[in-house]
Amino acid sequence: MKHFPWAARIRRGLAALLFAVAALTLMAPSDSYAEYGDVVINNYSDAAGMRPVIFPHWFHRVRFRCKVCHADLGFQFKAGGNEITMLKIIDGQFCGACHNGEVAWTVENCDLCHSAKPGTPTQVHESTIQKLAIPVGQKAAAPAGQGGSK
Amino acid sequence: MIRRIPTLLLPLVAAAMLGSSPAGAQQTSATATAAPAAAPAAPSAAAVNRFNRLLKPAGQRNLPPPEDGIHDPTNEGTHALQPPRAAFDSMTSSNAGNRVNWVKSLESNAISPRWDRIDGTAAPVVMDLNIVREVKGSMPDVVYPHKQHTEWLDCSNCHPAIFIPQKGANQISMAAILLGQKCGVCHGKVAFPVSECRLCHSKKKDAPIARTGDQPAK
Repeated sequence: MKHFPWAARIRRGLAALLFAVAALTLMAPSDSYAEYGDVVINNYSDAAGMRPVIFPHWFHRVRFRCKVCHADLGFQFKAGGNEITMLKIIDGQFCGACHNGEVAWTVENCDLCHSAKPGTPTQVHESTIQKLAIPVGQKAAAPAGQGGSK
Repeated sequence: MIRRIPTLLLPLVAAAMLGSSPAGAQQTSATATAAPAAAPAAPSAAAVNRFNRLLKPAGQRNLPPPEDGIHDPTNEGTHALQPPRAAFDSMTSSNAGNRVNWVKSLESNAISPRWDRIDGTAAPVVMDLNIVREVKGSMPDVVYPHKQHTEWLDCSNCHPAIFIPQKGANQISMAAILLGQKCGVCHGKVAFPVSECRLCHSKKKDAPIARTGDQPAK
């Protein structure tokens, strides 16, 4: 087999290519680039077979001051800390104070809120704790979210 | 002619060798000098050793929901959501957080968020009172402006649960803020993050020694 040396060259080339592709695909999913302040709420969603909710803080901040939700509507300053359910929403509490067809679109648009990748834990995306280089934040964020689900 | 047959079979041989690496090992050692083979691995090495490995690259800020990593691109609703850049284009930019300066955008009327859920004309009662907090160490003192905060928030949002409205009653540390307490309830989650030290630590100390007689500005 020694009389055609390029077989090895091609093989090594292909192996290097495969390695590069594998390395890139392994690296890609670990990064997520959602907006600062996006809140993922997964108290009950995964268990109910729905995608977790993503609340885009920035979008709401353009339209409302903090006070409207955090003082008038009673939202706590804690991701997953409000134990929001669809029943409360259709009764006009929390999101339902606006998402009622008058101020904003109605609850029939399930997938506009329930839009996170399945299994995404409750979190404030890009928060200081989450952005610490050491993954302490992820551990700290996950139990906080699960705590809210019970 | 006999020499040509292996050449024609080369793709098959290469495929077989990929499947069985022990067989290929001998071949590799025989021709190691002939094949530099370092070039194909170069891109991944560059990616591994890129600058600011742990930071979000500039090209990947404010991505539209289907590409942002937490929205599910297979979900139909994801594609109906507004991309952040569409909203942020007309706003004052900044170097952190959402990459927009919310306070300046509000001051310049680039945005006009409602103070009331229904009534678009309701206006906040703005309180203009700066609180100066002398800090230990070499950092400049903190000036807390009630004005910018009461533009967004109600008194009850912070008082008395997070901050007791009394001079000297609140112990605040950067450690607490980093962990999401005190200022960190908002700063580091939605309001500008703690990387923007100078926005709070903004009052130059007069002398290197800690002062006692300096009263907060009226």
